[in-house]
Amino acid sequence: MSEKPGLLDYARRWPLRLWMGLVFIFLYAPLVVLVVMSFNDSRRTTKWQGFTFDWYRKVFEDTELVQSLINSLTIAALSTVISLALGTLAAIALWRFRFPGKPLVDGAFSLPIVVPEICMGVAMLIFFARVMPWPSGLPWPLSLGAIVIAHVAFSFPFVAVVVRARLHSFDRSQEEAARDLGASDWRALWDVVIPHLRPALLAGALLAFTLSLDDFVITFFTAGPDTVTFPVKVYSMVRFSVTPKVNAISTLLLLFTVLLTFIALRLQARAEAEKTS
Amino acid sequence: MSGGETDWKRAKTGFAALLGPPLGWFLLFFAVPMAVVWAYSFGTNVGISDIEISGTFANYARALEPLYLGIMGKSLAFAALATLICLIVGFPVALAISFAPPNLKTWLLIGVMLPFWTNLLIRTYALIALLRDEGLINSGLELAFGWAGFERLSLMNNNFAVMVGLVYVHLPFTVLPLYAALDRLDRSLLEASFDLGAGHLRTIWNIVLPLAGPGIISAVLLTFIPVLGSYLQPDLLGGPDSQMIANVIERQFKRANDWPFGAALAFMLMYLTLFGIALQSLLKRRERPE
Repeated sequence: MSEKPGLLDYARRWPLRLWMGLVFIFLYAPLVVLVVMSFNDSRRTTKWQGFTFDWYRKVFEDTELVQSLINSLTIAALSTVISLALGTLAAIALWRFRFPGKPLVDGAFSLPIVVPEICMGVAMLIFFARVMPWPSGLPWPLSLGAIVIAHVAFSFPFVAVVVRARLHSFDRSQEEAARDLGASDWRALWDVVIPHLRPALLAGALLAFTLSLDDFVITFFTAGPDTVTFPVKVYSMVRFSVTPKVNAISTLLLLFTVLLTFIALRLQARAEAEKTS
Repeated sequence: MSGGETDWKRAKTGFAALLGPPLGWFLLFFAVPMAVVWAYSFGTNVGISDIEISGTFANYARALEPLYLGIMGKSLAFAALATLICLIVGFPVALAISFAPPNLKTWLLIGVMLPFWTNLLIRTYALIALLRDEGLINSGLELAFGWAGFERLSLMNNNFAVMVGLVYVHLPFTVLPLYAALDRLDRSLLEASFDLGAGHLRTIWNIVLPLAGPGIISAVLLTFIPVLGSYLQPDLLGGPDSQMIANVIERQFKRANDWPFGAALAFMLMYLTLFGIALQSLLKRRERPE
């Protein structure tokens, strides 16, 4: 510790260390409290009354809550697949072609990223109420269609941004070489460009999945009474009463997010290691 | 590499196959719904559920009444204050991260981003457990100062709670662009400043801030825009007088059932947002003159 920190080594100076510590406490304390309280054997107070798994058992007994989680995961999975396909197509089209109105299309695709959620939410509400009513009473996965459509509409531009950033580092001569060797345009795209994009596809998929799972406002306006998603369900639970069940299921979801993030980071690190070796 | 972009006329099928699906989805499920909202903002309620697009400006006129103008002003003020706090809290964090050794840097970045990945509703809810009357902060303070006649602070259902929530949720939005701006700085300029005898604060004030200026303004807008449209924090943490514009819009569509007026309010928010975006892209272009 006697070593003097370098001039620019701000991370090792104590005022900044203290500041960082406080900021990280601010960011994480509420989440830590949430996790701890999910094991607290008490319904009302925040005082620690002993360890219990009861709230987790109650979560799984609450069929509505479990169903909402299944709905959310299904919607997220479907939305991810479609968003990944559309986002990649959009990115490749904008990277590959020169066409009139390109800046316009480019700008338009970034609109869903920046438009306030509440505006998009009411747009979806009106659209599915008046313009294209989603038929009610469809069998289960189809009944989620309207929400999936809305989620794809705001997720695929994010995927396109991530994929496009990766395309910048692609050496076009590789694709030309493949074509010189007799590959068709599609073959060259599939065998040369897509493999190069793999890390971006992974990152884009993760982003789309999280965005879908996270979304409350837009879903709140799109969901019907029989298509309740996890955030919408939690919202109504929080609105009416604070029950430790919410702590328990939130903890499970937090764990899931952390796991997902670390898997993605590991895969990314491995992809980079492959590249350098 | 001469451009490398193909003209679309040389491969029309391929072009259509690539751009068609995303563009179609965008037009049908984003542009059309938005256009319908825009049309509704010029509409009138006819009967219980019918809306006639009559081309009236009455909804916008109503949106400019003092009551709604006040809420709009309050939303702008909330967003400005939350952005300022995020900037003050986030700048040292971004500075420390951008100058940290590579290994630590990765971990610090993950540390900032992880809350960003976790569910917004859960994060807002987590604050309730801390702030409510019998919440952790009050119980903690009671335990510590109860003997001195401590009275519970009311930390929930007021503007203070909304501000805490807005800053808590949007802090990563500020730190990440700030980090990106600071990470691009030319280190030798900072070293030159130190060599010439300037202290740390002086170097930050005279060298870092001007150089990172456009990046900082970009971070400000990237925080300000989402805060302005916030719905959940005022709804769950706020009291009756901490409604923001998004809450008023929601009320028009759910309880008040006045869609044309709600549409007009939604588009007021849209105009403000688009103005912010335009400003941001203008600055971005100035930052990287080509």
